[in-house]
Amino acid sequence: MRVTVFIRPKAGILDPEGEAVRGSLRTLGFSVGGARIGRLVDLEVDASTPHEARTEVERMCSQLLANPLIESFEVEIEGAAE
Amino acid sequence: MSVRPKIAVIVFPGSNDDRDAAWALGALGADAKPVWHAEPTLPRDTGAVVLPGGFSYGDYLRCGAIARSASIMSAVRRFAAHGGPVLGICNGFQILCEAGLLPGVLRRNRDLEFVCRDVAVRVERADTPLTRRCETDQILTIPVKNGEGSWYADEELYTELEQSGQLVLRYAEDCNGSVGDVAGVCDEVGNVLGLMPHPEHAMDPLLGSGDGALLLASLVDAAHGRVLSGTTR
Repeated sequence: MRVTVFIRPKAGILDPEGEAVRGSLRTLGFSVGGARIGRLVDLEVDASTPHEARTEVERMCSQLLANPLIESFEVEIEGAAE
Repeated sequence: MSVRPKIAVIVFPGSNDDRDAAWALGALGADAKPVWHAEPTLPRDTGAVVLPGGFSYGDYLRCGAIARSASIMSAVRRFAAHGGPVLGICNGFQILCEAGLLPGVLRRNRDLEFVCRDVAVRVERADTPLTRRCETDQILTIPVKNGEGSWYADEELYTELEQSGQLVLRYAEDCNGSVGDVAGVCDEVGNVLGLMPHPEHAMDPLLGSGDGALLLASLVDAAHGRVLSGTTR
């Protein structure tokens, strides 16, 4: 089962990379109010149901993929009704 | 010192200050043993453990995130749980935070700058295995070299750590956007410590500063104390 995880810096957490990109976009003439940079992880997960896949991937997120102090994550399962 | 206490220096793929750390500990009277990350156990009679600086696993995902699940880390956890002194320097500090052995997390530096210079660091507590040879409020000159050394804890955690005295070292100047200018922290008990500055690179006034030797000599003392008291694992 194909699962995508979106990891983002939590709201209120300073994101200097996003700030630098925002500045650069403005230099190029784009009107950008804000930019935040996160990470996307595509996973191929062995699971028989979307529910099982979600539970498994949420465990992966809390143990490794995201650091809960500064990052939030969202799990999207291909073909599953959100 | 009649006995040279054994200090394990853990080597991860991408560690690059392991040999400097081992050299510095050796110069201060320890028997520094490099230990490969895939080993299941620490050497017999280990008196202290150092996680050195570098870029373990290429800093993939987050600095220290991959290294924290290395095989040797279970042994390091057990050693720490039994009161063994564990020190993380720079990337080692990041690994200990990711492993949950130290509070907080190291983020990208505020100004996106790789900071590489001598900084003034103030000793907040002189009763830890890392600072016993120092005095409270003593200012040390020690170099930092990192791109992701900005320590972060939310307000609640920060207040808690401040009250419990876990903020062991602070920058005495603006360095990289660390919350509360924190440069080094310890765990609740005080035997697990981490700092971003590199004491192993401040070993001789001829090369800028010898202040790092105060910190590492404190660690060697702590390791020696464990050997003498027979509490090595």
